[in-house]
Amino acid sequence: MSDEAINAVGEYKYGFHDPENATIRFDSGLSEQVVRDISELKGEPEWMTDMRVKAYHHFIERPMPDWGNCNMLESIKFDDVTYFLRSSDKTENNWDDVPEDIKNTFDRLGIPEAEQKWLGGVTAQYESEAVYHSIREDLEEQGVIFLDMDSGLKEHPELVKKFFGTVIPYGDNKFSALNTAVWSGGSFIYVPKGVHVEMPVQAYFRINAKNMGQFERTLIIADEGSSINYVEGCTAPTYSTDSLHSAVVELIAMEGAKIRYSTVQNWSANVYNLVTKRGIAHKNAVVEWVDGNIGSKLTMKYPSVVLKGEGSHAEIISVAYAGEGQHQDAGAKVHHLAPNTTSNILSKSISKNGGRSSYRGLLKVNPKAHGCRSKVVCDALMLDADSRSDTYPTMEVSNSTADLEHEASVSKISGDQLFYLMSRGFSEEEAMGLIVNGFFEPFTRELPMEYAVELNKLLELEMEGAIG
Amino acid sequence: MTEHVLEIRKLHVSVEGKEIIKGLDLVINSGEIHAIMGRNGAGKSTLAHVLMGHPAFEITSGEIYFHGKPLDDYDVFERARAGMFLSFQYPPSIPGVQVGNFLKKSVNNVREENVKARAFRKELNAAMEKLEMDRSFLSRYVNDGFSGGEKKRLEMLQMMLLKPNLALLDETDSGLDIDALRLVAKGINETAESTGVMVITHYQRLLDLVKPTYVHAMIDGKFVKTGGPELALKLEEKGYDWLEA
Ligand SMILES: Nc1ncnc2c1ncn2[C@@H]1O[C@H](COP(=O)(O)OP(=O)(O)OP(=O)(O)O)[C@@H](O)[C@H]1O
Ligand SMILES: [Mg+2]
Repeated sequence: MSDEAINAVGEYKYGFHDPENATIRFDSGLSEQVVRDISELKGEPEWMTDMRVKAYHHFIERPMPDWGNCNMLESIKFDDVTYFLRSSDKTENNWDDVPEDIKNTFDRLGIPEAEQKWLGGVTAQYESEAVYHSIREDLEEQGVIFLDMDSGLKEHPELVKKFFGTVIPYGDNKFSALNTAVWSGGSFIYVPKGVHVEMPVQAYFRINAKNMGQFERTLIIADEGSSINYVEGCTAPTYSTDSLHSAVVELIAMEGAKIRYSTVQNWSANVYNLVTKRGIAHKNAVVEWVDGNIGSKLTMKYPSVVLKGEGSHAEIISVAYAGEGQHQDAGAKVHHLAPNTTSNILSKSISKNGGRSSYRGLLKVNPKAHGCRSKVVCDALMLDADSRSDTYPTMEVSNSTADLEHEASVSKISGDQLFYLMSRGFSEEEAMGLIVNGFFEPFTRELPMEYAVELNKLLELEMEGAIG
Repeated sequence: MTEHVLEIRKLHVSVEGKEIIKGLDLVINSGEIHAIMGRNGAGKSTLAHVLMGHPAFEITSGEIYFHGKPLDDYDVFERARAGMFLSFQYPPSIPGVQVGNFLKKSVNNVREENVKARAFRKELNAAMEKLEMDRSFLSRYVNDGFSGGEKKRLEMLQMMLLKPNLALLDETDSGLDIDALRLVAKGINETAESTGVMVITHYQRLLDLVKPTYVHAMIDGKFVKTGGPELALKLEEKGYDWLEA
């Protein structure tokens, strides 16, 4: 493949950056003092400070995972990371009050426009904290709480204390410990009983500074019989040094509630994206993860659902695109704890230009969970011989009544498909783009339309210069 | 002298080192229908694929001109944009790509403009009505899970929308039921008024409905006999053995 072609593939349209106008920037590196400083700066209750400090020590003691991409993990320079950076003194609810540079960035990303057209609420996080936040009045009137996590802790301390860290305790893994120690920003959502939030609410995460660490923390509670559709997007500038994004997302769906959490992750290729996402589904509740990983250097993320209540359901649809120098280690985990619970996992990955994508899945069925059903489908599409795709499915089934299906396939784009499309006037690159979009279609069709269109454009862009 | 739509001179074609087309000449003008008949494996699809530019086939000698210009000058998609159309004997499926979207994009490609949504819809409706195709086709994925006959109808729908000046129809009649065959034949006849058409077929039943200007009998990569519609009738009756004698 020609250099020109490779360069064209490397083009990342969100790679621009703004000048850094920090109002507070911590020195790089992590210590107990840094953790305490973050907590003090935010004026947090003692229990939170304590939890942060405990988490910090756990993070230090806990070894790196010995699976996934160990080489890449070992190359993270934790001492070079900036753990807290405040770029605006306040979270505004009017775009005009957001600092000009930052507002321009979000304008370029199309957030204010999307908000006006089709969103029920928006939170925009820049570096460590939310710079903009708003929710539609009608939702507020129905008692829906949608805040950035820092404000959530201030305004609803009891509710936060009751649920924070209950789905993902800091001891869950090394990176959940790190997040708990230094978390900042993210969303806090509570949907009251029976309330349906019809329009999606969106959070947008932007890293701008070099060597930045972003550690947002999200907690969504959908009370009995309620529903919410949450969408998350993220981008960062392209730097030659690495940034670290390590989030924790906890979802709680009470009896009969439904939470859908969609992500279009499009970090630049210098970002480590190490995220823990887990939801608990109570009786007859539904938790859905729609998870798209297009960018980043290394992503390790396995959205999980604990099916705790009888009749609950998990749906996890994920796609991963691994280009040059990228490793997408993604997957899904479902724990069937209760009888008659069901789950569907669909994973699709594309590897190109030496990129690597791995599916890592875990399916557990408890001895007491009678009558469970689960279907897992993993499809990998390889665009060239240099790329790599692996599947690591694990099943621990302790109940013989479980009905489980697992299908996996690895395919290449066939010459016949390309020829057919080219005979209909598509150039080779356009034909590849169409086939790739088609391959991801089961994912894209689950996204709000505007996202789907954007994602398709993104993938077509990625296919430019794919032919050498 | 008017320019031929297609002109083939002494064509030799190999695939994986094996010669399939062994010295073939053919001239197609606009408004002509050329039927090509021959045994399985004679090289009919190979000819159609070579014309459309399939990379697996190597032209070892001979010349092909498309509208008077050497065909080598065109990449596959440029041939399509210049008005060549191939109806595939075995159309592949493109999972996840909806028929409606695919058709709109194909039309945009070939006309090299962004056709207005409303104008396109009108054209599409008219063509689908002619082929008695249900609207539900539009939201299905291209050829994915289609029956043999459905695939062929979709090929014909594409031909009607893309309005080629050279249509290569490779066994479009195979797999069609009797009613569909009639509709498709009507479509071919309409197209043929201003197009050069090559129909590859094994059956007289299509040629009863689509009257060929010429019939070519192909044996082992060559046309061994060319005639009018009566040749097809003779082949139907006698098979191909008598041509080898
Ligand atoms: N890609 C290929 N690799 C190897 N051999 C091929 C390839 N394509 C075609 N052939 C061979 O070339 C010969 C001609 O094939 P072709 O498909 O052109 O036949 P046909 O006349 O269209 O037959 P049918 O009536 O069965 O459709 C056959 O022997 C076939 O096996
Ligand atoms: Mg054939």
